[in-house]
Amino acid sequence: MNPYIANTADDMRAMFQAIGVSSVDDLFADIKEEYRPRSFDLPDGRSEQEVVSHLDRLAGKNAYGLKLFIGGGYYDHYIPAAVTAVMSRGEFLTAYTPYQPECSQGTLQALYEFQSLICALTRMEIANASLYDGGTALYEAMMMAVRTTGRKRVVLDGGVSPIYRKIIRSYTKNLDMALVEAPVAHGQAHRPDIKALLNDSTAAVILQNPNFFGAVDDFSDIAAMARACGALTIASVYPVSLGLLKTPGDMGVDIVTGEGQSLGLPLHFGGPYLGFMATSKQYMRKMPGRIVGQTVDREGRRCFVNTLQAREQHIRREKATSNICTNEALCAIQAAVFMSLLGPEGMKELARLNLSKAEFARKVLEQIPGVDVKRSAPTFNEFTVCLPKDAQDVVEAMIPKGFVAGFPLERYYPGMERYMIVAVTEKRTKQDILQYAQALREVLGT
Amino acid sequence: MGNHCGTFNVTGKKTGELIFEKSVPGRRGFRCPAPDIDGESALPEKYCREAPLPFPEVTELDCLRHFTGLSQKNFSVDTHFYPLGSCTMKYNPRFSEHGAKLPGFSELHPLLPQLRQGEQYAQGALQVLFDMDRFLSEITGMDAFTLQPLAGAHGELTGVMLIAAYHKAKGNNKKIILIPDSAHGTNPASATIAGFATVSIPTDDKGVMDREALKRNMTQDVAAVMLTCPNTLGLFNAGIDKIADLVHSVDGLMYYDGANLNALLGRCRPGDLGFDVVHVNLHKTFSTPHGGGGPGAGPVGVKKTLIPFLPISRVVRREDGLFALDYNAPESIGYIASFYGNFGVIVKAYAYILLLGRQGLMETSNHAVLNANYMLSRLKDVLPPAFDRTCMHECVLTAKALLSRDVHALDLAKYLIDRGFHPPTIYFPLIVKEAMMFEPTECESKEEMDRFIQALRDAVALSADDPQILKQCPSTMPVSRPDEGRAARDLNANFFQTCI
Repeated sequence: MNPYIANTADDMRAMFQAIGVSSVDDLFADIKEEYRPRSFDLPDGRSEQEVVSHLDRLAGKNAYGLKLFIGGGYYDHYIPAAVTAVMSRGEFLTAYTPYQPECSQGTLQALYEFQSLICALTRMEIANASLYDGGTALYEAMMMAVRTTGRKRVVLDGGVSPIYRKIIRSYTKNLDMALVEAPVAHGQAHRPDIKALLNDSTAAVILQNPNFFGAVDDFSDIAAMARACGALTIASVYPVSLGLLKTPGDMGVDIVTGEGQSLGLPLHFGGPYLGFMATSKQYMRKMPGRIVGQTVDREGRRCFVNTLQAREQHIRREKATSNICTNEALCAIQAAVFMSLLGPEGMKELARLNLSKAEFARKVLEQIPGVDVKRSAPTFNEFTVCLPKDAQDVVEAMIPKGFVAGFPLERYYPGMERYMIVAVTEKRTKQDILQYAQALREVLGT
Repeated sequence: MGNHCGTFNVTGKKTGELIFEKSVPGRRGFRCPAPDIDGESALPEKYCREAPLPFPEVTELDCLRHFTGLSQKNFSVDTHFYPLGSCTMKYNPRFSEHGAKLPGFSELHPLLPQLRQGEQYAQGALQVLFDMDRFLSEITGMDAFTLQPLAGAHGELTGVMLIAAYHKAKGNNKKIILIPDSAHGTNPASATIAGFATVSIPTDDKGVMDREALKRNMTQDVAAVMLTCPNTLGLFNAGIDKIADLVHSVDGLMYYDGANLNALLGRCRPGDLGFDVVHVNLHKTFSTPHGGGGPGAGPVGVKKTLIPFLPISRVVRREDGLFALDYNAPESIGYIASFYGNFGVIVKAYAYILLLGRQGLMETSNHAVLNANYMLSRLKDVLPPAFDRTCMHECVLTAKALLSRDVHALDLAKYLIDRGFHPPTIYFPLIVKEAMMFEPTECESKEEMDRFIQALRDAVALSADDPQILKQCPSTMPVSRPDEGRAARDLNANFFQTCI
């Protein structure tokens, strides 16, 4: 019998008797003979030890342990051990959606704290308890703006992650909506283009800070332009950068989303990650996802519950603001532990360290003949480099030397064959950066 | 912070104290490495944060104790029997956690395989995805799977987008999706978001979709029927093949909501029953932890004709044996998530399937169904089933007879908490008055179920003898019967909005 089943032969006999059947097969009588599986060809079961050694072997076939200078929205940050320790608690790990608040106060309060931390970080008024990832969160924000404004035209800045833009395009393909893009070439959002695209039928302008090329921006002027047209401003942000960068709340952004991976979650080959969303109170009833609110119990004690549920699918069905049910609660709690542990000073230090290391790397790389580090905008921990050779070739040649040198842009920006974006987090030491530069010199033959 | 929203219990220790209220200026929980480079960089002021960052200032111990304390306020599968119907709260084996955390998986950057020849750096991870595609296809009788959807509802949305793409390619102008009135709310929500109108089909007196009503609504406008099987009443529809024939007769597609797949492993396969699109909840049937509301995973399987529409990218095995990502899919619905799915979750489900194997998976459904029927048989004299017949992996009972004593399903649920059990799902499905939905899963022992059954029988007895006791439940928890109306009316979802 498989190790997760308790029933013994005696148990089964007693249960059959209580039910009034003589075998398990009797319980499946509704499944007619012709419904039987045409095949069920799966491997035989194995012991835990054998499965773990198989997983070990597969994990060993992946190239990990390389020095990562690749980012693109997903960053190699250090994860404090205490974060992992808290998340291993079975009481968080093996609970589910807090439908019964009395026996789920742990999850509920932790999610309330997560929401509050996201609000503090972004300077927004209300956040939800998580969405799937940064890309789908941005799509949800766009749909929220469409619902809020009753308009169907959306301006998408070219500095928004190309992956996010592809996601948005997929989801809107069959909907009666118009998406227009404002092109960007490795600098900040281009104001004249955005201004020309904004009109009084525009639901939202969607931006990213820092953008995919690493450019840091202040969207205050764009938010003002959008507001003048009755459109909402949506910004996708990199949470670690907000220890240092001007907040979307202070720019007048209406809906903030982002990828929370950098807040204590491993890279994990793309997930589980953490989408977050924050907005102002006037739009909260249009917001998707779970929201935890504080209230009191019948004895006046502070407690926490899922609230504003009239927005959600289990109540409103086809009229819900989103279909989301299971989200990324555990990842949100993980991020809450990370943010609490770092505190205000830790978050500022971390952001400053990322900025300084990236700036150091920029300067080192600039000294390599033929390497053109783009300086058309200030950057945070990622920047655009133009190489004298095809960037894909260069990145490929750097891997045997132990470095993932960056992400070549040609994949998503045709014509930018010689460009890559380079990310430098706190995990890269001065020595890593100098060795990286040396390896790059060798690969470029300079 | 100067905020004293917390209340004191008899020991003088604050309950519900927030991490922000434990903050003491100057405390640190983490130190970044000292800069090893000369000089510090700065950005032009206009781009810099001026606003304070009111994060808590706590030590690592404060932080660990705070969140550990919170965790202890939860019921969980690890600590309590959790028969929450429709959620399949089975035991989550720990070896799969360990497997998912191996650095070769957890430290792998998702953009690596998108570099030129980059697949070679992620062969192990791609093999997991490739094998899972095959395993899930075999388990459900489908031809191919995408592992990208990040939760069950995300799988539904993906599935409905695939249905839309199929009809578009065939030039079908179909706008309606039929959904039984017993369905999860996610079904109509997903269909609507993908641009379809939904029509609700009633349930017949046997507890399954009313086939006559279905026939009346089966027009050329019908793009698909979305069904949970067994349905949310825990019942298997013996006429499922007839429904499939009917839907296919108008070139509609059959969508299978796999929330309840745990009942059917090795007994029948949605693909053989005539379903064209399937989603599976890895966090239910394949035992990955629910995490208090995610992360989950909702892979979607399709029949051959729908493969061209699957999301980008797909994992393929090249002739040289290497696993690769195929981005060349001109008919694809496109990107539905940033990467290849909730990979960490997928690894755990993969480990689970490998460990159980063919036989273990079949045992899983056998015992899930046996346990549910056992609970049904021991409870139905005090709480009648919504439909009195053999159930599958869960059973739905009604507490409506107790209404005459002003006792509700909610009161029974709160009593169970005091007896140390997580309550069943209550008030779902919506079509059953005072519904209570029990799903014990294959993992619970007879003794544990007996204890639960006795507790629930005691609750029903109390409803006649002393209903006030039920109304006072729970009394053993840190809080009791939160004022949900007030939470929505005087919304406080952000500490800093109300307390600064």
